[in-house]
Amino acid sequence: MSKQFQFKLVLLGESAVGKSSLVLRFVKDQFDDYRESTIGAAFLTQTVTLDDGTSVKFEIWDTAGQERYKSLAPMYYRNANCAVVVYDITQTASLEKAKSWIRELQRQADPSIVIALCGNKADLAARRQVTQEEAQKYAEEEGLMWGETSAKTGEGVADIFTAIAKKLPLTAPPSARAGGARAGPAKTGVDLNKQANTQGGQNEPCNC
Amino acid sequence: MDEEYDVVVLGTGLTECILSGLLSVDGKKVLHMDRNDYYGGDSASLNLTQLYRKFRPDGSPPSELGRDRDYAIDLIPKFIIASGELTKILVHTDVTRYLEFKQIAGSYVYRDGRISKVPSTEIEAVRSPLMGLFEKRRAKKFFEFLQSWKDEDPATHQGINLDTDSMKTIYEKFGLEPGTQDFIGHAMALYLDDDYKTKPAREAYERIILYTSSMARYGKSPYIYPLYGLGELPQAFARLSAIYGGTYMLDKHIDEIVTDADGKFVGVRSGTETVKAKQVIGDPSYFGAGHDTEGGKVRVVEEGKVIRAICILKHPIPGTDDADSCQIIIPQNQVNRRNDIYVAMVSSTHNVCAKDVYVAIVSTIVETKNPEQEIAPGLALLGPIYDKFVSVTSLYTPTSTGESDNVFVTRSYDATSHFETVVEDVHAVYKRATGKDLVLKKREAEGES
Ligand SMILES: Cc1cc2nc3c(=O)[nH]c(=O)nc-3n(C[C@H](O)[C@H](O)[C@H](O)COP(=O)(O)OP(=O)(O)OC[C@H]3O[C@@H](n4cnc5c(N)ncnc54)[C@H](O)[C@@H]3O)c2cc1C
Ligand SMILES: Nc1nc2c(ncn2[C@@H]2O[C@H](COP(=O)(O)OP(=O)(O)O)[C@@H](O)[C@H]2O)c(=O)[nH]1
Ligand SMILES: [Mg+2]
Repeated sequence: MSKQFQFKLVLLGESAVGKSSLVLRFVKDQFDDYRESTIGAAFLTQTVTLDDGTSVKFEIWDTAGQERYKSLAPMYYRNANCAVVVYDITQTASLEKAKSWIRELQRQADPSIVIALCGNKADLAARRQVTQEEAQKYAEEEGLMWGETSAKTGEGVADIFTAIAKKLPLTAPPSARAGGARAGPAKTGVDLNKQANTQGGQNEPCNC
Repeated sequence: MDEEYDVVVLGTGLTECILSGLLSVDGKKVLHMDRNDYYGGDSASLNLTQLYRKFRPDGSPPSELGRDRDYAIDLIPKFIIASGELTKILVHTDVTRYLEFKQIAGSYVYRDGRISKVPSTEIEAVRSPLMGLFEKRRAKKFFEFLQSWKDEDPATHQGINLDTDSMKTIYEKFGLEPGTQDFIGHAMALYLDDDYKTKPAREAYERIILYTSSMARYGKSPYIYPLYGLGELPQAFARLSAIYGGTYMLDKHIDEIVTDADGKFVGVRSGTETVKAKQVIGDPSYFGAGHDTEGGKVRVVEEGKVIRAICILKHPIPGTDDADSCQIIIPQNQVNRRNDIYVAMVSSTHNVCAKDVYVAIVSTIVETKNPEQEIAPGLALLGPIYDKFVSVTSLYTPTSTGESDNVFVTRSYDATSHFETVVEDVHAVYKRATGKDLVLKKREAEGES
C-alpha cells in the first residue's frame, strides 16, 4: 500500500495577486477573469500523487479576503505545514508585501514549514516589474522554494504544488505526518461533531 | 469604505464575531472593525509581549518564560460546556473545522478548607469525601429524581412542580445537607450566588441536567477548551463571516457613531471617512463605556465589577493530582461571601504556554472596596505564584434594546465560568437586530474535491 500524507497549505500575499485564482486552477483547473472573491469556498482539498505512488493531500486555506485590511487572523496560518506566498510579477510592491509575509511566517510559524515564493501572472510578462533573477536570489537567500506561475494559462501551477509535495514528507517532523497535536488537519482532540451517544441516558447519568 | 453596508460590527470579541458570522451566512453585507490590531477584543488571548505591554507598560517578559509565540493567555477565564449552547453554534456553523478542542481535566470544589474533585465516574463518587455514606444515598435519590423527570409523566414528579416549587423545597424533600446544596447549586448548576434557591426549580433542574450530560459526553469534566486559547473562537467565527463576504478591518480607530436628527444610526466615522450602514452592533467600549456619554447619549451602564487575576505558575495546582487543567469553585458560603470565587487553569497541554508553565485565573464579582483581598482564598490554593496580573473590570449592559435607533450594544463578558450567557446575548442581539429568532441552519459543506 502506498503512503498517504495530509498537509495544511495556506496562501499568503497581497490582495489581487491571484491567490484564489491559483487555488481554483490547481483544484478545478479553471480560471475566471472577472472573478470576485468566491463566497463560501475558502477551504479546498487537492491530492498530488508522486512518482513513487505516495499521495499528498493538501488541505488548502484561502484568505477569504481577510488580508485586504491587515486583518488576517493568526489562526489562519497556525499549524500550516506549507505556505505559498504569492506576488504579482507586474507589481514590485507585491514582492515587498510577500517578503513581509515571509518574515511573519519565520517569526510565528513552525520552523519546519515549507515556504514557496510564487511569482504569478507570468502570462503578463510584457508588463513585468519583478525580474526572475531578483526573486530567485531572494528566495535562495531565505531558503525558500521559488517559481513563476500563471493561474490564467495554468503554466507552472501544478509544478509548484508538486514540488512542495515532494519536499514535504522529507522535512516535516514525524508528528506532523502521523497527526500529532500540531499537525494541522489531523485532529487528536475531542470531536464536537460526533453526536453524544451518552445524552440519551444510556450511561449512568450522574455518579454522585 | 464608500460602499453602504447592512451591518457594521464594532469590536471582534466572541459575541460580535458570532453575530457577524451568522449575519454574513444570512446574506447580510457586513463590515467588521476593531480598534486593536488583533482579534478578540476583551475575549482575546495574548502572547507574552502583548500581556506585559497591557499590564506593565514599561516591563518586558522575563526570558525564562520562553518563546513569545508559545503563549496565548486568555483575558477572560471561561470554559466551554460540552453539551452547551456554544457547542451547538460551533457545530451548526461548522467552524469546528478551524479549531481543535481538548477536555479540561477536572472540576474541583472547595469545602472546609480543602478541594475535592467533582466526581466524574461512579468509582470517584463512591470514594469522594464530599459526602458521607448516608448523604450519598440521599443525593443518589435526588439525582435519580431529576434524571427520570418527564414533564408529561406525573408519576415521575413525586408531588413536585418544577415551575412553582423552589429548589429549597426539593433539597428539603430529599433531606440534603447545606454542604451538598452548595456543591449541587454552585459546582454543578454553576450559580454564582444563592438567589436561585428560592426561585422556581426548573432552571436549576435544566442546569444540573446540562452539567451531567456534558460530564457524560467526554468523561473527565463537563468542559472542553480550544487549543491555542479562547482567542481562537472569535477568529474562527470571523473567518466564517469573511468566507460569506464579510469585510474585516483591524487597527481601525472609530471616532464617532453618526446619527441623524431623530437619533437614528446613520454610520460610523473613522477619521474623515464615514461608512454608512443600516445598523451597528458593537461591544460596550465603542459606545461610551468608561466615559460619561457617547455623543450626548448614555448607551451603556455599569452593572458591577469583576476582578480577575491572571497567575503564571511553574507547577500544577496542589491537590489536583497534577491535572494539566482544571476549574476550582469556591462556593460563597464557604468563605462568607455573596458570590463564588472561581479558579480556571490551563497549561501547555492546551498550547497556551510553554512547557512546565501553568496559567491560572482567579476571579469573582467585586463586593468590597478591596477586591484583591476578596480573591485571597483563591490565590491561596495556587502555591507559589511566579507572576500575577490583576485587573478590575466594569461590566456594562446596554440602556436600550436598539430597535428604535438601530444601535445594538452587546454585554460585557460576565463572571460566569462558561459561555452560556454569551450565547444568550448572541440570541438576544440577533433577535433585536433582525426581528427574527436565531435558527441555526446547517452550512453547505465548502467545496470538497
Ligand atoms: C428551527 C429549528 C432549530 C433548531 N436548532 C437547533 C439547535 O440550535 N441545536 C440543536 O442541537 N438542534 C437544533 N434543532 C434540532 C435539530 O434539527 C435536530 O432535531 C437535532 O440536531 C437532532 O438531529 P438528528 O440527529 O435527529 O438529525 P436530523 O434531524 O436528521 O438532522 C441531520 C443533520 O442536520 C442538522 N439539522 C437538522 N435540522 C437543523 C436545523 N434546523 N438547524 C440546523 N441544523 C439542523 C442536524 O444537526 C444534523 O446534523 C433545531 C430544529 C429546528 C426545527
Ligand atoms: N492575467 C492574469 N490575471 C490573473 C492571474 N491570476 C489572477 N489574475 C487576476 O487577478 C485578479 C485577482 O485575482 P484573485 O485570485 O482574486 O487574487 P487574490 O486577491 O490574491 O485572491 C483577478 O481579476 C484574476 O482574474 C494570472 O495568472 N494572470
Ligand atoms: Mg482571494
